[in-house]
Amino acid sequence: MNEQGTNYIGQPVLRVEDDSFLRGKGQYVDDVKVPNTFHVAFVRSQMGHAIISRIDTGEAQAVPGVLAVLTADDLKEALHSLRLPLAFPAGKLDGTAMPPVLASTEVAYVGEALAMVVAESRHVAEDAVDLVYVDYDECPALVDPREAMKNNADRALSDTLSNCFTTIKIDYGDCDSAFDTAAHVFHETFFLHRGAAHPMEGRGILSVVDPGSGAVTLWASTQASHELRNTAAEMLMKSNDDVRVIPCDVGGGFGSKFMVYPEEIAVAAASVILKVPVKWVEDRREHFLSAIQERDQYWDIEVAVSEKGTLQAIRGQMIHDQGAYAPHAITVPYNSASSIIGAYVLPSYKLEAHVIRTNKPPVIPVRGAGYQQGTFVIERIMDRIAEELDEDRGEIRRRNLIKSSQMPYSTGLKNRAGAPVVYDSGDYLACQKEALLAADYKGFPERQAAARREGRYIGLGMAHGVKCTGRGPFETATVRVSTSGEVSVYTGANAVGQSTKTTLAQICADKLGVNIEQIKVICGDTAYVQYGLGAFGSRQTMMAGNAVAFAAREVREKALEVARQLFKTSKGTPISKINRKLFVENGHIRLTDDPEIEISLSHIASIMRGAAGYSFPNDVGVGLEATHHFRADQMAYANGFHVCETEVALDTGHVKINRYLAVHDCGKIINPLTAVGQIQGGIVHGIGNALFEQMLYDGNAQPITITFADYLLTTATEAPNIDCRFRETLSPLNPLGIKGVGEVSVIPVTAAVISAVENALSPFGIHIREAPITPIRLIELIEQASASSL
Amino acid sequence: MKSSRFQYHRPSTLCEVMDCLKNLENPRVIAGGQSLVPMLNFRLIEPDHLIDLSGITDLDYIKKSGEEISIGAMTTHRTVEFSEIIRTHLPLMSLAVLSVGHRQIRNRGTIGGSLCHLDPSAEMPLVSMALDAQLVITGVAGVRIVSIEDFCEDMLSPAIEPDEILSEIRFRPWQKGHGWAFTEYARRLGDFAIVAAAALLDFGEDGRISKASLTLGGVGPVPTRITEAEVELVGQRPSEELFARTAKYCAEIEPLDDPFVPGWYRQRLSVKFAQRVLREAWAQSQVGNEH
Amino acid sequence: MPTAEYIQNITLSVNGESYTSQAEPRTSLADFLRYNLELTGTHIGCEHGVCGACTVLIDGNSMRSCLMFAVQAEGKEIATVEGLAEGNQLNSLQKAFWERHGLQCGFCTSGILMTLTEYFEINSEYSEKTIRDVLSGHICRCTGYESIVAAALDVANSKEAGNE
Repeated sequence: MNEQGTNYIGQPVLRVEDDSFLRGKGQYVDDVKVPNTFHVAFVRSQMGHAIISRIDTGEAQAVPGVLAVLTADDLKEALHSLRLPLAFPAGKLDGTAMPPVLASTEVAYVGEALAMVVAESRHVAEDAVDLVYVDYDECPALVDPREAMKNNADRALSDTLSNCFTTIKIDYGDCDSAFDTAAHVFHETFFLHRGAAHPMEGRGILSVVDPGSGAVTLWASTQASHELRNTAAEMLMKSNDDVRVIPCDVGGGFGSKFMVYPEEIAVAAASVILKVPVKWVEDRREHFLSAIQERDQYWDIEVAVSEKGTLQAIRGQMIHDQGAYAPHAITVPYNSASSIIGAYVLPSYKLEAHVIRTNKPPVIPVRGAGYQQGTFVIERIMDRIAEELDEDRGEIRRRNLIKSSQMPYSTGLKNRAGAPVVYDSGDYLACQKEALLAADYKGFPERQAAARREGRYIGLGMAHGVKCTGRGPFETATVRVSTSGEVSVYTGANAVGQSTKTTLAQICADKLGVNIEQIKVICGDTAYVQYGLGAFGSRQTMMAGNAVAFAAREVREKALEVARQLFKTSKGTPISKINRKLFVENGHIRLTDDPEIEISLSHIASIMRGAAGYSFPNDVGVGLEATHHFRADQMAYANGFHVCETEVALDTGHVKINRYLAVHDCGKIINPLTAVGQIQGGIVHGIGNALFEQMLYDGNAQPITITFADYLLTTATEAPNIDCRFRETLSPLNPLGIKGVGEVSVIPVTAAVISAVENALSPFGIHIREAPITPIRLIELIEQASASSL
Repeated sequence: MKSSRFQYHRPSTLCEVMDCLKNLENPRVIAGGQSLVPMLNFRLIEPDHLIDLSGITDLDYIKKSGEEISIGAMTTHRTVEFSEIIRTHLPLMSLAVLSVGHRQIRNRGTIGGSLCHLDPSAEMPLVSMALDAQLVITGVAGVRIVSIEDFCEDMLSPAIEPDEILSEIRFRPWQKGHGWAFTEYARRLGDFAIVAAAALLDFGEDGRISKASLTLGGVGPVPTRITEAEVELVGQRPSEELFARTAKYCAEIEPLDDPFVPGWYRQRLSVKFAQRVLREAWAQSQVGNEH
Repeated sequence: MPTAEYIQNITLSVNGESYTSQAEPRTSLADFLRYNLELTGTHIGCEHGVCGACTVLIDGNSMRSCLMFAVQAEGKEIATVEGLAEGNQLNSLQKAFWERHGLQCGFCTSGILMTLTEYFEINSEYSEKTIRDVLSGHICRCTGYESIVAAALDVANSKEAGNE
């Protein structure tokens, strides 16, 4: 129990979001009904790469029920530019990194939108889409980034000098001399693939223009309503105040709703031009074709280690398949390149990461944001060192871990802005020890031997994961007490399923001194919060949480000040005259040792809104409310250690995960119930990346996995039981000691699962240097290994 | 992903169905729709008329008359799954139906629909092939009966004319005491199998195999009986060595090969699964005989 | 406008209430529930019958409402998520989901609740295995399923203990 008499922080508080969801009363974007709404279906490129010679919309225009068929030309009048503005200037990429609103001269991937039908129903819109005729002059499509980066390669997009967006160069320490003196040097290549985000709800937007003022209201399924507001305002040539984004309930994001998409701007422009409400709801095929993905990386690296197996240096190159555009600049390849450090001391590191344009959808972060790939590389290296030196895998990791006594630890890396990357806190070894003990790691060899005697191949894998969390520069919260006594929390954070409303309500309740039932959290509505950043980078509990804490505390202090000025005790003594402590409990101001004093916050709130002709308290601002922008320039590093046990069937190559255990340190846990949910969900997402999810393209960049029957997501029968535990090393970077929890869980998974698969198959001597691993590929590897050992 | 426009017809008799098929342009018959509706939603097919068979109540039944079990084409997988008749007389089907999609798909998908869709690895065509089903086809020109062998013409292409529908599937159950087994491999539970296999074995007084059926799904374009294996099995005493030897005939099928699953993998699984189902069918017959 | 020949009157019952509305035959049951009847608790996730978000009960059986047309449900009894709560009170399954954190974004939840409703209706014995089996007809991207299974097992235990 805290001073305010509440005790929400750290408790498994049941979610405030759930009641409406469980009754089917959620309001997702497609549930928002505005009269006279018209529906959009996009005409999308059927070519991986082509010059558009003609778009014939005549027949489609004539379909009864079609209001308009719009191409880029038609949108010009409403838009400042036909290309999206650079969202991430730090990437130093030129304008061709950004996609057009609608492609007009050239299409650079299958699924790129080039025209839109606006019709009375989605059905009719799709009828008309089939009647829009596009003449393409097909160009060679670039599918493999290794081919695309060659000097003589065709261009993935005309009018560009090269298919290389940029080359990221990381270089610290004296790498080359480390190799000269190293006891052991290994060479490794890795192929890493990561699929799309696939929230169960696709993207979607509803745009309504006020006929009088021209102001635009956008209901959107988004992770970043302010970014959408800012971009829409810029593109529509309107003031920020004339564009409002109302985020609906969001059916998951996982990264796919973090960028502002061409379709969203096209819909807003259409509603301005046509002066009717316009809605677009992405269907699953469109998500496969045109939502962001992470996709392919090819790594080729050397590792130098000491006699004892400690890392001395890593050097090499990585080739990253960026797709046709780079709307978030180099976030994913940069994160992959930098996350190779993981939980370990790496004295020197030199990497060139080539970010290559191909004719596929753009890459921006999916949950984990590229960390998974770098982590896979370093964790596979740890297994390799252990194998080469004939040492225990846990022990090799222990020798290389950054020690808690070294925190804060300056890694040697610099972030994208050029500042040193410093891990703030954490005890990686403690997590490893706890997990290995709980997993009975010591007893595993015996269990493995017993299983093999029965002809069963079981294996254990492990991996550390570290993720920067709490991306700044700030997040906003306003806490306001209404005269009804209800408390509203407004924030720039976006609720997309991660229990944000619950955790923020918990923090507000404790810091203000009210019951959680009195609190309503409104996320990401740009009409209430002018500056916000939204849901990405595992940031909201830390950034918005601390903003709420500060704002709630300020409201409390304000209420207490008003009470001191205006109220008396039951004995008639002015509160200002007595020297005892006031506190807030259950929405009421009380005085220690005097239960008779009970001034409700709602009463204070009614005073604070002022009454004409009556006095107003001195030295306090208007309204029982406060706004705080919590600033953080440094990131808090969350970590976790995973242990996975698998069983591989030798006839089919099928991998079954028998057991999964995770020990995480995400600083102060606000709500253990929802934090466990984040970890479990992330792990199962990672299992998909390790075993199932694969976005495949043919030689013409035609996608071939565009249904859920071909692109496999992990289901309940393939997901294991997950034992999840927390340690709490508080982050020194924010008063609540929070680190983010949303992504770190997914990061070690591919490494841990594949380590376990390799371990299960150790009698065959195979090495797995790729993810995902399919049963077919496993059989292939086993047979190759058997053939070469003959 | 909205279907293109069509007119909807729900005839209540087979005669009315025939009228529809005769008189309407570009019709398509829908049974449970669990494969058809995705194709409609993706606009892979765009019929002008959809003829729904669900109005015909006398296509939804499981009957035993004499030695024969007949199943109406509109019988759902769910009905098959919970049928006592099927459990008793067609235990192979009872087992295999559990691998058809998920609960929600089995509740609506029909045996007739599955046979007419004729996915290479679907369970109902496989079981029908294993059990030498006879199919009753009703058409504008009358009723004809075809063997499952003839029905399974090519991948996703049953031997049925546009003006015909499948109305009934007939089975002759194997005698009590026979052994049966089914296995399949899919990446996830409920997915279409990569390879599926079914075996039925019957034994004479002398303990030798008197009758054998070995069928593979997902390997060839349609479910495939491994007749060379069956011939070799009959008259032999069951043994691991026999099963291993006869299973090798599966490798002679030209396997399907696609970007997801290469032919060699299907081939590998088919041999292993054939051996497994033969072994399990044998074991199963012994369990059966103990009762 | 859709030509009149395509429009049909469709009458069906949802959660015990009878509804009549006009729609084209190509209107999926999911779209009909959502747009004609404004019962937006049933969600559309893939429209090809894999994700399970749109699952409803038709005459007690769980089915994909994206894989059938509204006209095909003429005269049927449909049960959707909106009908689960007993008045103001969440039912035991909904409550278990709340207590076990069985949902995050909530989008797949309605379909899963309907499948589990059928599961508890047609079975008298329950197990984690059979619960996971029926859940395999659904995709949840948020939870990792563990909490959903835990919620279902809570209901199962409570039923087996004779509390319901």
